[in-house]
Amino acid sequence: MRRTLLTIVAILVVIAGAVALWFLSAPGPLSFAGGNKVALASYKDGKPTGVPAELQQASIEKRGEYLAQAADCMVCHTAPGGKEYTGGFAFKLPFGTLYSTNITPDKETGIGNYSDAEFLAAMHRGVRRDGARLYPAMPYNSYTYVTDEDALAIKAYLFSLPPVKAPARTNTLAFPFNQRWGMAFWSAFFNEDVRFQPVADKSADWNRGAYLAEALAHCGDCHTPRNLAFALDNRKKFAGTVSAGWYAYNITTDKGAGIGAWTDEALLSYLSTGHAPGHGTASGPMGEAVDHSFSKLAASDVRALVAYLRSVPAKPSSDLPSTLAGVAATSHRQGPDNGRGKQIFAGACASCHDWSGVSAITPTATLTGARAVNDPGGTNVVQVILTGMQRPNGLVSMPSFGSIYSDADVAALANYVTARFGSKGSTLTAKDVAKLRQQTAQ
Amino acid sequence: MATLKINGETKNFEATPDTPLLWVLRDVIGMTGTKFGCGIAQCGACTVHVDGKPVRSCLLPVSAVGDRSVTTIEGIGATPAGAAVQKAWLELEVIQCGYCQSGQIMSAAALLATTPNPDDSDINAAMAGNICRCGTYVRIRDAIKRAAGNAA
Amino acid sequence: MQLDDLTISRRNLLQGAAASGVLLAFHMPVRAATGPFAPNAFIRIAADNTTTLVMPQVEMGQGTYTSISMILAEELDADFAKVALEHAPPDDKLYANPPFGLQATGNSNSIRAFWTPLRTAGAAARAMLLQAAASQWKVDPATCSAANSMVTHAASGRTIAFGALINDAARLTPPEKPALKDPKNFTLIGKPLKRLDTPEKTNGKAVYGIDVLLPGMKFAAVAQCPVFGGKVAKVDDTATKKIAGVYKIVQLDDAVAVVADTTWTAKKGLAALDITWNEGANAKISSAEIWADLRAASQKDGLVAKHEGDAAKALAQGERIEAAYELPFLAHAPMEPLNCVLQLTKDKCEIWIGTQVMTRVQGTVAQLLNFPLDKVVVHNHLLGGGFGRRLEPDMALLSVRIAQKLDGELEGSPLKVIWSREEDIQHDVYRPVYRDTIAATLRDGKIDAWNYRVTGSSVLARWLPPVFEALKGVDFDAVDSAADMPYDIPNKHVEFTRAEPPAVPTGFWRGVGPNNNVFATECFIDELAKKAGKDPVAFRVSMLDKEPRLKAAVQMAAEKSGWGQALPARVGRGICAQVSFASFIATVVEAEVDEHGEVRLRRITSAVDTGIAVNPDTVIAQLQGGLIFGLTAALWGEITIERGRVQQSNFHDYRMLRIDEVPRIDVHVIKSGEAPGGIGETGANAGPPALRNAIYAATGVALRRLPIDRAALAGKRSA
Ligand code: FES
Ligand code: FES
Repeated sequence: MRRTLLTIVAILVVIAGAVALWFLSAPGPLSFAGGNKVALASYKDGKPTGVPAELQQASIEKRGEYLAQAADCMVCHTAPGGKEYTGGFAFKLPFGTLYSTNITPDKETGIGNYSDAEFLAAMHRGVRRDGARLYPAMPYNSYTYVTDEDALAIKAYLFSLPPVKAPARTNTLAFPFNQRWGMAFWSAFFNEDVRFQPVADKSADWNRGAYLAEALAHCGDCHTPRNLAFALDNRKKFAGTVSAGWYAYNITTDKGAGIGAWTDEALLSYLSTGHAPGHGTASGPMGEAVDHSFSKLAASDVRALVAYLRSVPAKPSSDLPSTLAGVAATSHRQGPDNGRGKQIFAGACASCHDWSGVSAITPTATLTGARAVNDPGGTNVVQVILTGMQRPNGLVSMPSFGSIYSDADVAALANYVTARFGSKGSTLTAKDVAKLRQQTAQ
Repeated sequence: MATLKINGETKNFEATPDTPLLWVLRDVIGMTGTKFGCGIAQCGACTVHVDGKPVRSCLLPVSAVGDRSVTTIEGIGATPAGAAVQKAWLELEVIQCGYCQSGQIMSAAALLATTPNPDDSDINAAMAGNICRCGTYVRIRDAIKRAAGNAA
Repeated sequence: MQLDDLTISRRNLLQGAAASGVLLAFHMPVRAATGPFAPNAFIRIAADNTTTLVMPQVEMGQGTYTSISMILAEELDADFAKVALEHAPPDDKLYANPPFGLQATGNSNSIRAFWTPLRTAGAAARAMLLQAAASQWKVDPATCSAANSMVTHAASGRTIAFGALINDAARLTPPEKPALKDPKNFTLIGKPLKRLDTPEKTNGKAVYGIDVLLPGMKFAAVAQCPVFGGKVAKVDDTATKKIAGVYKIVQLDDAVAVVADTTWTAKKGLAALDITWNEGANAKISSAEIWADLRAASQKDGLVAKHEGDAAKALAQGERIEAAYELPFLAHAPMEPLNCVLQLTKDKCEIWIGTQVMTRVQGTVAQLLNFPLDKVVVHNHLLGGGFGRRLEPDMALLSVRIAQKLDGELEGSPLKVIWSREEDIQHDVYRPVYRDTIAATLRDGKIDAWNYRVTGSSVLARWLPPVFEALKGVDFDAVDSAADMPYDIPNKHVEFTRAEPPAVPTGFWRGVGPNNNVFATECFIDELAKKAGKDPVAFRVSMLDKEPRLKAAVQMAAEKSGWGQALPARVGRGICAQVSFASFIATVVEAEVDEHGEVRLRRITSAVDTGIAVNPDTVIAQLQGGLIFGLTAALWGEITIERGRVQQSNFHDYRMLRIDEVPRIDVHVIKSGEAPGGIGETGANAGPPALRNAIYAATGVALRRLPIDRAALAGKRSA
């Protein structure tokens, strides 16, 4: 009896140790690159941090604005229809909902009382002014790489905004996740608390790209799968995962599932306009990232990002096909027919997307070649149907159909669209759609 | 100054390249047969043909038309399918308020031009994108069949 | 000089005519020998024998131009193939819709209201022409006859065209009570004639209000405060000003407009504005609160609209069966979005518009501008759908307010203002929310007591206050088809509790009052039939002995729809019987409910006795269209309010039936010699209850709210 107990305890200890070791030995975001990390000051080829050349003489607020855009602060700190930077955006997690907070300089409800040191503690270590721990929905595991200089420029920019009174919404996390102190342990494991260090033998472009991607744009937060402890698993860096109800696709250099086969022009175009001919159009969180962040970056910075992405090792995705379907038939008669899905497509979709998938109206509505329609999971197709796609320029937009079609209808439509325009149709049910709806509902 | 080929004629006009064809037709060139209903490709009132294919002009930037030929409701009667549709529409008295009917006729004419003997599934596929608030659908279906010669 | 004389004599004569109740039979002197013969406000015959008919009602798809022309031409014996039509100018004295006292088109009464006046006008003109010919030929007018715009004297074989008689006829005094034709001699009325307005609608030539183009025209796009009653706080127009082609940004207290070289530029300019609204107190209003208020109000006693027998006593004696039915806000969403074209100068305002209320547009604009009435000129155009939305002048008023702000070079420019579809849906006057509560008892398998309360808004109170006041608050529209429900029930009590929703403007919507009343009544009748263990058709028929016309319609609809024949699982038939707008209609909808609760229409059959069907093909078309309109609402229609604003905006979230969702619709017109009834709105009443009853039959679920709740139907099948 005692022995059994001891054995069990021993086994548990060993497992715990192994897990801890596995976590602790987990690679960092730049581990794949190898090479020689050096202090910023000793990197010879220029300065990979800060703002692009054309902004170097600008005021600190202007520089901060650029960096805040590169870090995409606004999207998460703005509720749909709400005032910019006033928070209230909901993060739906398996264990409850978190709301972002007001980061306007309002003294009462915003960050107006933050000192420089307090701001840095929040950015780098996820520690709030009152000492409480932030949840990693705030990507401080990435922002920790942002230099003090850049972080304080962002602060200066935020402090130049009009203060808006907007009290935080109450999170609805279940126990034990509502215990913020627990995050101290999480941070100890997963938050390196170090600033960006360039790799000496990599080009300036690459290092700039690495800084943009890892410190500011925090690409991995969506595109890298997470481990059991909700930390990024860089063993599968950028290999794609579903996060917040959307599939953030594989952006490794894998030729099939990733972006290895994309041309530089395609990548540049996708990042700066949200669309690349033959590759579909960014929607959901990536669409927002393009609208509010990538599209505002200097061309040199977008090029740097592309250079960096090109170096990330290929990882296959077992759930994505390695070849994309070509143009569908022009006649409705050819191709699949699942009844309801086809019927909805005829009424609400065909006028813009065409039966062939090649839009007669705008290339941005062309479905051929889009990863979403070639994902047999159908996740993003469902989300786009539900929430539509609004671009700030108002020119390219797709209305949201979530309120008029039932879960069963949306499932049928998504299954039809993926079967008609993708390489393998999805088999979503009404229940699947209900779940996806839940995850993105604000 | 830009040009468009509309119903066989060349029209000169001035408009920013992003202006949808619909508004160039209606506001600049003064051809108001093509209607505005929703502006989001959901109703079909603005349907024209570009090189014979039905397109929603409310979202089609005029610059994307290029030198392709545009056919509107004002010119569709010159095509055999268009004339047959117009005739059947009057024979079966399809039209009520008529506001959606430019688009309905353009969609139906495009259907008949490629599918001379459409069945119900062809009609659904071609016409489901055209909303009629007056509810003329039953007669539209019959009139397409009439125009195709397999009279309803 | 003549012009003034003419005007004066017209007025005088009219006033006299109106006082004597014969509104239309007045004489208008003709000035020149070559001028047309215009015996009244509806008919002009020119020397070349063309007949122009002036349309007192507007054409919005209901076919009224053709039906009105048929009636006039019938009694006039004009050559129908050669008549020309003209929209009437705004003039309440000449063209008022008799029961409204206003030149309005609505309530499915164009034919009902104008049946006798138009026949009289046609017959009077014919009598004058016959008289003129007879005098020329020196024969007894009784020996002359007219046909195809010609007068014939059969005995002598002489004929003369109307056009050759106009000068002589103009000198005659119109008869006050000309002989009307015996309906059995009608040659036009009752025939399915081709519509006069449709050829131009097939080739892009028809001109709707939105199509009017004027030299030098500017185009405006408009954004009203999304919250009802909210105001503009501030507008940052930096980005808009940079757009080439934007001429002016107009700020009103409750709306902002951009005036530009095209509608597109104006829309772009509007989208680029950063508008801060002062949302005001209404920003708190939500659908949930509106429904809670309405439910509370429906507990209150209302004003009695009908009291027969002793419903209270009868209710106390039997088993009391109760239900409450709720209908949502609905938008009209006519295919032609709201718009107005106008040119405003210092002392004149000219308006081009498609409206159901021409004189109201003219009057309210004149009031706004403080102009005399004759300085506001309104040109009417075809309407791309009305459905009640164009019974409001708001689009003209807002457009005038925008035009008032044009200054400098823009001042006096012709302006076209178009609502986006989003504005159109979010700034409608909505079909009100209603809650109708009914309690009944059964006795010997029939209804013994019937206690009915309508709770909802009174559109009439806002739209036609004098009538509302004269009715002492019992809004006849709100209780239409309830106070006069057709079933023979010994104890009836019907009342109206007025409850206005906060902030949300309400208006007439195709089907008007009978909308909710036919729905609640017909749904409850089915529930009572079930209680009584009777077939819904047999149950209805057993209570319709006093309404033979409706009874016949019910029997015909049942027969034609295959009522009683076996159906597959999850498929049901439902019936709706109604007397509305003086038409007697029964409708059977056959529908299928799938395992997700999705509803598919399979077949629709209607039988209608609308009295004399002036143009039976139009009657069929109107019912088909009306049914689709009503079924669209039953399936999906609901405008919801959150934070004081409408949540729906365009066809992606305010769903419309599409062609692939509409089955065959067979309409059987019952031959009748009675005076014509209304038809345009009846289908909108018939569709929802018939569909709901079909669902009830298919699933056993008694839905009491619209639109249909799929979740309540998922997995359900009839026992
Ligand atoms: S206006 Fe173009 S589809 Fe509706
Ligand atoms: S005929 Fe009126 S919208 Fe179609």
